[in-house]
Amino acid sequence: MSVFDDIKGIATGFGVTLRHMLRRPVTIQYPEQKRVPYPRFRARIVLTRDPDGDERCVACYLCSAACPVDCISMQAAQRADGRRYAAWFRINFSRCIFCGLCAEACPTLAIQMTPDYEICKRNIMDLVYEKEDLLIDGCGKDSSYNFYKHSGIGVTQPRGAGLEEKPPVDVRSLMP
Amino acid sequence: MTASTVDIALFAAKLGMVFLAILTLAAYLVFAERRVLAWIQDRKGPNRVGPLGLLQPLADLVKLLTKEDFIPAAADKWLFCLAPAMAAIPAILIFSVIPFGKPLTIAGHQVPLLIADLNVGLLFFLALSSIAVYGVAIGGWASNSKYSLLGGIRGLAQLISYELSMGLSLVPVVMLARSFSLTAIVDAQARIPFILYQPLAFIIFLISITAECKRIPFDIPEAEGELVAGFHTEYSGMRFGLFFVGEYINIIVLGGLATTFFLGGWHGPVLAPVIWFGIKTLVFAFFFIWMRGTLPRLRYDQLMHLGWKLLTPLALLNILATGWWLVAAS
Repeated sequence: MSVFDDIKGIATGFGVTLRHMLRRPVTIQYPEQKRVPYPRFRARIVLTRDPDGDERCVACYLCSAACPVDCISMQAAQRADGRRYAAWFRINFSRCIFCGLCAEACPTLAIQMTPDYEICKRNIMDLVYEKEDLLIDGCGKDSSYNFYKHSGIGVTQPRGAGLEEKPPVDVRSLMP
Repeated sequence: MTASTVDIALFAAKLGMVFLAILTLAAYLVFAERRVLAWIQDRKGPNRVGPLGLLQPLADLVKLLTKEDFIPAAADKWLFCLAPAMAAIPAILIFSVIPFGKPLTIAGHQVPLLIADLNVGLLFFLALSSIAVYGVAIGGWASNSKYSLLGGIRGLAQLISYELSMGLSLVPVVMLARSFSLTAIVDAQARIPFILYQPLAFIIFLISITAECKRIPFDIPEAEGELVAGFHTEYSGMRFGLFFVGEYINIIVLGGLATTFFLGGWHGPVLAPVIWFGIKTLVFAFFFIWMRGTLPRLRYDQLMHLGWKLLTPLALLNILATGWWLVAAS
């Protein structure tokens, strides 16, 4: 009986390959056909602005610290009103592994991943993106979040004007 | 009027056309194999060079020709250079005895559509397929590499073992056709192809020719998982190309022989005889590709077991049965 089982097994195999021969290939012909990535696809990194049009980045170095391949570097600076910003901000995309840890670490939602995966370059130095290459004009994924409205006490607005803040208590009027 | 200039010219034209057709077909068989295998694996295969990738064989040729022609320092140079030719030339020569169409009459000259109508055509085929073994063995030995040597020895053992069952499976064909000439064998199948009389011999022959052209599941001489590339590990450039093309010429030729021996050669209704021969041969080529996409490689002991303990005794029994049947029928 085992001979017939063997023959049946071989014939089944031939059937399977024949079925697959007639099936549509799963290949995507890349330069002509492009798959549309999901909105949360992790590719090229950008620096976003808050709804008022100011840079969100406060140069806290958390992204740079979170980066497992050390591809983010920057220099912090401070404006006259006390608001921090990055004097220069650099991402070396030839080292970046697109893990997204920088975007997770960012407290101000400044650094975000975009679905734009086509960033091949002939010259490897072109993959080092400076701040002006990274900064975009929009807000990215969250169009309403503004870090300084929630935090950064007394930097861009007077004390007590923040969203979750109560007005400062006058201790002299606080009598029993 | 004996061999006149017209006859010679017609013969030369026939020779050139057959040569060109076989080489082109072999090159496109490589392409077809890559495409069909890709379809089996839900891929698309090479489709970049030219429309549908049809110029891919040309690109492969350019690539092979411009590769460095490398001879290992420890190799036996003469034999190393000779081996690819010894593998490819017998394969082409076998085609000279295969009738691929009805004899034509051009300007009053009878033109048989085969190169040489030998009255021992079948023996000629068996002899040449034995010579093809030398290409593999010498190629493996002359490379002076352990993988090549192992591949060559495996190839030697495999081809010798399966030649036996292949030869024995053809004996009933000769008994039925009462001739060693391939033209006579085709003529004997004008009404009923021999596959209907000899299904067992056909299956044995099919398995044996698969082993004979070293195709999966019988590709242990080149078993890439174990021996890098077997007997042609050390070859590069066009020398490798010659081994490679020789293998595909072998597929066409052995497919043509299976057609001639069992499927009635060029006989067939409606379509032109040459087209019938082409279709039947390509069906075999397709089957070989399909098989490559389906079956895993046999182990060495399984290969020997199948050849010596199953196919050869079955072929012998088949000869006896055919003999009794022929005596009983007469």
